Amino acid sequence: MAYNVHDIRAQFPILNQKIHGHPLVYLDNAATSQKPLVVINAISDYYLNYNANVHRGVHTLSQRATDGMESVREQVRAHINAKEAAEIIFTRGITDSINTIAFGLSSIVSKGQNVVITEMEHHSNIVPWQMLCERTGAELRYFPVNDHGELVVDHIDTIIDKDTAVVSFNHISNALGTINPVELLLKKAQSVGAWTLVDGAQSGPHAMVDVQEWDVDFFTLSSHKMYGPTGLGILYGKREKLEALPPYQGGGEMIDTVTMKESSYAGIPHKFEAGTPHIEGIIGFGAALTFVNELGIENIAAHESELLAYAVEQCSSIEGFRIIGDSLNKASVLSFVVDGTHSYDLGVLLDQQGVAIRTGQHCTQPIMDAFCVSGTARASFALYNTKEEIDLFKAALVKAVNMLK
Amino acid sequence: MSSIQEKQQVLIDDFDFLEEWMDKYSHIIEMGKSMATLSEDEKEEDLLVKGCQSKVWLKAEKNGNRVIFKADADAIIAKGIVAMLIDVFSDQPAKEVAQADLGFLDKMGLKDHLSPTRANGLMSMITQMKYYALVFSG
Repeated sequence: MAYNVHDIRAQFPILNQKIHGHPLVYLDNAATSQKPLVVINAISDYYLNYNANVHRGVHTLSQRATDGMESVREQVRAHINAKEAAEIIFTRGITDSINTIAFGLSSIVSKGQNVVITEMEHHSNIVPWQMLCERTGAELRYFPVNDHGELVVDHIDTIIDKDTAVVSFNHISNALGTINPVELLLKKAQSVGAWTLVDGAQSGPHAMVDVQEWDVDFFTLSSHKMYGPTGLGILYGKREKLEALPPYQGGGEMIDTVTMKESSYAGIPHKFEAGTPHIEGIIGFGAALTFVNELGIENIAAHESELLAYAVEQCSSIEGFRIIGDSLNKASVLSFVVDGTHSYDLGVLLDQQGVAIRTGQHCTQPIMDAFCVSGTARASFALYNTKEEIDLFKAALVKAVNMLK
Repeated sequence: MSSIQEKQQVLIDDFDFLEEWMDKYSHIIEMGKSMATLSEDEKEEDLLVKGCQSKVWLKAEKNGNRVIFKADADAIIAKGIVAMLIDVFSDQPAKEVAQADLGFLDKMGLKDHLSPTRANGLMSMITQMKYYALVFSG
């Protein structure tokens, strides 16, 4: 089936509006994606027809809500090819997923060991590990990046060594779009017996992942970056790894028996799902996954690559335009500076012309420091963006630069 | 020497005259470009206005009963906004700056137009100016 972006846009009514008198051009997709009607309708349908608390009621609505939620768990399992649905945990987001693991490893990681991340992580894949290292006395190490925004893995054997307890890194960088050499890093980490985590915040909507093929211990996804609702994350973990970790939060849903003296915990996935889950979010995410898979992630990725290449071609004629992170292997993110202008100013003037981009440090201060820029402007593309929108973006950018210089 | 109120009225009129917000931004940018800046040595860490997305340095000096402001910013729109405030409040009696009414920001439509974070930044600049003025008028 041919990829018809204009039909696809009809699924996203939010795109059809004017901002400051100009048609909205939404290019902040790496921050969050817009939601198709099927997702919005699935959430409405849940509240209109079967809202109830899950897992505890014998009544029909509760059964329906539970079935709805659990069928999404199975859908996620199939999407990333996990062995069993119990290995899929619903969390509040990537940050919550990573904190769950970092907290769980507190009594497993010890002084003399090290935790390895990369210089291009967003803060949620840096700070939880810094906190783990503070608690345990372990050392935090990282892979640096080169001028193209690629990981420097020349010294992989000295960075990941026999004392490496954890290796955690993103599949695709949110600030730069670089696609990282996942297999290489995982293989090395596995050879020293380290726990492994891959952060799929940015890769979720652009790349298919098979967690068994990677043989990774933990993998995380963000619903809202994949056309689903906000407030929901996915944490995949191998059964034996999840079972080895203590729960992160206590409360309802996660217990087996409770007396006033002590409680015993439920098995996975419930052990890590304390409290009433984000039911509407889970239902909505199920609809988003179906939507994405019907279009086909490969088709989406091909469309976005075309947009990225077109945007690079169009913008490179602008004087002083510099791409930050020009790896050949990258996904749908155009992070840039225009010499002689500040990214905030570009962001404001583009917004005045209806174009939504991100400006600043993208929650990745270390990588901005590495590139010696105070921040970048970032246009990121999604399945509904068009070449016409890139033309509008370019024209708006030229106008902004002319005003600022 | 125009009073604070007269200066505010000039700004309101200028903004009123420009219909399109892109033109208003052009005006702000031009004010930023023409403002006397701080030297690199003067840009001390403790002069940074907290709560701004971009870096804004604000310096105040006392000259008799008047307060003189100097500023700089790394982003030009922020610089233009602080230049506008300096135009209104610098070289005015400290006491009047401390007590100045801020209704002109609403009349210019600026507060409504800026994003919440930028509006906060603007308010931080003014709070800082008024704070200096209060100290100098004591």
